Amino acid sequence: MLTHLRPALVLLALFTVLTGVIYPLLITAIAQATMPYQANGSLIVSKGTVLGSTLIGQNFTDAKYFQPRPSATNTPDPKDATKTIDAPYNAANSSGSNLGPTSQALVDRVKAAIEAKRAAGVSGPVPADAVLTSASGLDPDISPENALSQVPTVAKARGLDQDKLRALVESQIQTRLMGIIGEPHVNVLKLNLALDGLS
Amino acid sequence: MTLNGWLQIILVLGLVLVSVRPLGLYMARVFEGQKTFLSPVLSPLEHGFYVLAGVKPDKEQGWLSYTLAMIVFSLAGFASLYAILRLQAYLPWNPQGFDNLPPDLAFNTAISFLTNTNWQAYSGETTMSNGSAMLGLTVHNFLSAATGIALALAVTRAFARASASTLGNFWVDVTRATLYVLLPISILLALVFVFTGSPQTLLGSVDATTLEGAKQTIALGPVASEEAIKQFGTNGGGFFNTNSAHPFENASALANYLQIWSMIVLSTALLITFGKMVGSERQGWALVSVVGVFVIVGIGAVYAAEAWGNPILNALGVDPTLGNMEGKEIRFGEAMTAMFAVVTTGLSCGAVNAMHDSLMPLGGMVTLFMIQLGEVLPGGVGSGLYGLIVFAILAVFIAGLMVGRTPEFLGKKIEAREIKLAMLAVLILPLSMLSFSAVAAVLPSVVATLGNAGPHGLTEILYAYSSATGNNGSAFAGLNANTPWWNTTLAIAMVLGRFAYVVPVMAIAGSIVTKKRASASAGTFPTDRSLFVGLLVGVILIVGGLQFFPALALGPIVEHVLMLSSKTF
Repeated sequence: MLTHLRPALVLLALFTVLTGVIYPLLITAIAQATMPYQANGSLIVSKGTVLGSTLIGQNFTDAKYFQPRPSATNTPDPKDATKTIDAPYNAANSSGSNLGPTSQALVDRVKAAIEAKRAAGVSGPVPADAVLTSASGLDPDISPENALSQVPTVAKARGLDQDKLRALVESQIQTRLMGIIGEPHVNVLKLNLALDGLS
Repeated sequence: MTLNGWLQIILVLGLVLVSVRPLGLYMARVFEGQKTFLSPVLSPLEHGFYVLAGVKPDKEQGWLSYTLAMIVFSLAGFASLYAILRLQAYLPWNPQGFDNLPPDLAFNTAISFLTNTNWQAYSGETTMSNGSAMLGLTVHNFLSAATGIALALAVTRAFARASASTLGNFWVDVTRATLYVLLPISILLALVFVFTGSPQTLLGSVDATTLEGAKQTIALGPVASEEAIKQFGTNGGGFFNTNSAHPFENASALANYLQIWSMIVLSTALLITFGKMVGSERQGWALVSVVGVFVIVGIGAVYAAEAWGNPILNALGVDPTLGNMEGKEIRFGEAMTAMFAVVTTGLSCGAVNAMHDSLMPLGGMVTLFMIQLGEVLPGGVGSGLYGLIVFAILAVFIAGLMVGRTPEFLGKKIEAREIKLAMLAVLILPLSMLSFSAVAAVLPSVVATLGNAGPHGLTEILYAYSSATGNNGSAFAGLNANTPWWNTTLAIAMVLGRFAYVVPVMAIAGSIVTKKRASASAGTFPTDRSLFVGLLVGVILIVGGLQFFPALALGPIVEHVLMLSSKTF
């Protein structure tokens, strides 16, 4: 045992310096020098204010914006730190719902979300991502079908022409890379920024 | 299921297949001590390490000494990581001002990282400082993977050598694995992850003002550097709570391809290294085929279950086109989520790009079953190789019984001692997984920590102990695992799964290495043909899987049947 002690401790110390200090700092230096946009979180900055990250979803509640997917993130309850309260798109505490397929809580939540969609005038099958929460709670994207289904609501809230709005959504659809890689999607923050630019 | 989904799966599998041979042969050169193109740079560093550590690189160790070295190294790593986590408030790089971890959580996390499990009882962005992520988690991602590779090499040398007594030098293997394999590729991977969108900064977070005027605090940190080795070393402990589902860990469909590639490539390449070192590359490819069978069938099963969607929700008016989207990200879609889920559980990586708790009953069952089969497909870096070899030994034994000949594997006679030790290793996994689950399921205080009721709750318990024992680390995360009961029992399960498994395996290696190599004759059962591949698949399923069937029937299978009759809990 004791003959192994010196190599164990010395190698552990050397590798801690090499892989725990030099390696991450080297990557940080290279990344900050050559790819500062990504290395700092792909932030959208306007007039000195950070508006968000293109990779991190934001909570939108106002009817004049396209709505993201529902989010299961939470935050400690300010009144009782042992409990949590809902805080959609809390980018300091990513979380999924972790509800299983036969969960009554899931069924109740989806039922309420579908009723809300029906009240907003959506008919026919509701796009799955409009009522189901993402894994991270921070999904920046929605499906093109979901975005298009929201066109009438947003057009009404903004007093915009539906065709013009539909064209905007279609211009924001990111298709599969080389026709194969990935899934078609719309980045909600980018879409809403373009929408603000339109009005 | 769509054609495009399968095209994507085939594309990633193709990328893996073209990479395993160059990487496998490169590793064979590294571990046989030959010069490689990196030697001019790394050789002085490597020998400097040996001098400081007092390691004589030419002095080889027998199986017991090699295993003891591994255990001492792991204990030292545990002590260091535990200390870092308990003292993080006083250590550098804590811009978030996080407190020290409580003892049970630090204990669990330290065990988890040194066993290459990386179970996440912690929630990255709310508990771990950047300093802990770098000095603690990143370091042990490297070292636990290097340890796994070293053990795999020891087993490999047992078959490669004849009438010998030593299996190599643990310190040399760990040093070379880190310097020549893990570090260079992690540097490249980390930079590509930054390119795809993973942050790499020493800042803790940034505050944004959203379009609606609310404040959003966005957690940042040195993500890419941890991400690279987390995937490449099949560690799987995330920088963020939601792991590879978080857009900063896995930013796009392309990043997701790279994540899957990097978690499967090294373990699979080690099978080629094994083949090359024992003198039969074909043997390596036969083992790769076994892995291929499990991975492809598994992906198909999960993909089918998930793409079908949840019938209870579809009946409420949800469009079934996208499949079951609860707990999944839009940018990955069903196909690449299914592939990620199967690769991460089959491989004992444990990273997740979807919440496995929200998978359909049968989709979740496949991921659970992949873990329960043991670290064989091809397991965590290194450990998969020796998991597979244990089953290969059992397979030739069973074939030997059928035809009445003494079993041989790669010219080495397999005798009573090896079979006893192999069975001991194989039985430890179900013993830990099922016994702990059985006890936990009847404790009311444990049942209170479950996130879901009904049969799904039982699956959460089974998954937790399977994941810990299998050193996987993924979770049905509805379970609140950050309690003293879970932190402690899961840590014990992780230790059993790593060390109680590897000691018998190393004893097998110690006995195999001393044997003569018999030359192949007409009566030798060829172990590099499709007949053997089929036999090995069967043995893994029957010996490794059958004992879990009753438990699976009570969990996911009964949940599936109840779901079809719209029963909820």
